[in-house]
Amino acid sequence: MNNKPYSDIPGTTVFDGDMVRIGFHLNQFCMSLMQESNRAAFKQNERTYLDNWPMMEAQKKAVIARDFSQLIALGGNIYYLVKISSSDGLSVAAAVSTMTNLSVDEYIEMMCRGGRSPAGNRYVVSNSSEGKQ
Amino acid sequence: MAKITSGLGTSHIPLLGHIIDKGDSSDEKWAPIFDGYQFTKKWIREQKPDVVILVYNDHATAFDMKVVPTFAIGCGEEYRPADEGYGARPVPTVKGAPELAWHITESLIKQGFDMTIVNEMDVDHGLTVPLSMVFGEVEEWPCQVIPLAVNTVVYPSPTGDRCLALGKGIRAAAEQFSEDLNIQIWGTGGMSHQLLGERAGLINQEWDLAFLDDLKNDYEKLGVISQVEYIRESGTEGSEMVMWLIMRGALNQEVNEIHRHYHVPVSNTALGHLIYENVDKKGE
Repeated sequence: MNNKPYSDIPGTTVFDGDMVRIGFHLNQFCMSLMQESNRAAFKQNERTYLDNWPMMEAQKKAVIARDFSQLIALGGNIYYLVKISSSDGLSVAAAVSTMTNLSVDEYIEMMCRGGRSPAGNRYVVSNSSEGKQ
Repeated sequence: MAKITSGLGTSHIPLLGHIIDKGDSSDEKWAPIFDGYQFTKKWIREQKPDVVILVYNDHATAFDMKVVPTFAIGCGEEYRPADEGYGARPVPTVKGAPELAWHITESLIKQGFDMTIVNEMDVDHGLTVPLSMVFGEVEEWPCQVIPLAVNTVVYPSPTGDRCLALGKGIRAAAEQFSEDLNIQIWGTGGMSHQLLGERAGLINQEWDLAFLDDLKNDYEKLGVISQVEYIRESGTEGSEMVMWLIMRGALNQEVNEIHRHYHVPVSNTALGHLIYENVDKKGE
């Protein structure tokens, strides 16, 4: 595998070719939720609906669990994944916050205070002084 | 002859569309966001553009994982607002400008830009939220729109330099169009935000404000910022800012910044907005 220039950015998954390949069917499943009839079928029986897609078992389980961190790790892209949370009636912030170590309320409060600071969040190895690469 | 008279940059945050569609945009609570567009609403009524070239990114709406065009230009007659998972926004259908769009497309391809041609697609919040923020709630959009969709979803996005060059190419093309048209170009998206991972919620105000400062005169400097640097400094979705560079590239070297607005947060995102008018100079 090529050395990725973004692999040293903490808490971040870049949606590159490798992730696109892993997540193809997962993301196409999410895409199907753009149609009301599909949303209804999914809601009626999530497992049955998911079994129509050639997805990994782990991806199906993560969809049912609404485990967004796991879904990102398994190649899901956030713009596709929010189609699941939108069909649940959840805001993007609510879905996004579940990937952090904060509750929804704490996350929203952090945003209102100006968001997460880049200080200390630029490099994985951030021994106080951030690298000058 | 057709002329690009001004450029506009704005975030295209979906929450803004939800607020407007619920009829809550005059709510006190959202005033710090919407007040920054009052000037713009008045300005656009005076400017009356015939066509807006609207640079945005599609968010898994018209394009899914099957096909991901880097630069796609809409040459269609019209574009419907998309159902993004919660029903389509109740906003007017977007009227295209197919004759001008085809002219620009032909010129761009001959200039060496390998554009993807789109004749039919639905448009998502990336395109309709900027229209709503600028024109407000209207029965019909008061101008034609040429959608220009840039891939910022799958890594890598086009480089900043390439986006500046594309802007310059659009300008050269537009100015060869024989009809007298008042054209604006809008760059949308950003500013700093990250919607995934433990680092979600990242905002870098210092970075954003420096970008807004440099965009006026030192935009060539912005062209060399790599996507990795955007991601590191301003979040995974902060790299949408290359779309503002297409707008900037399409304007004269000398512009007047007549309006600026910056606000944190709008849900997960830093909102940025500005307006440039071309300074008219002989030979430009």
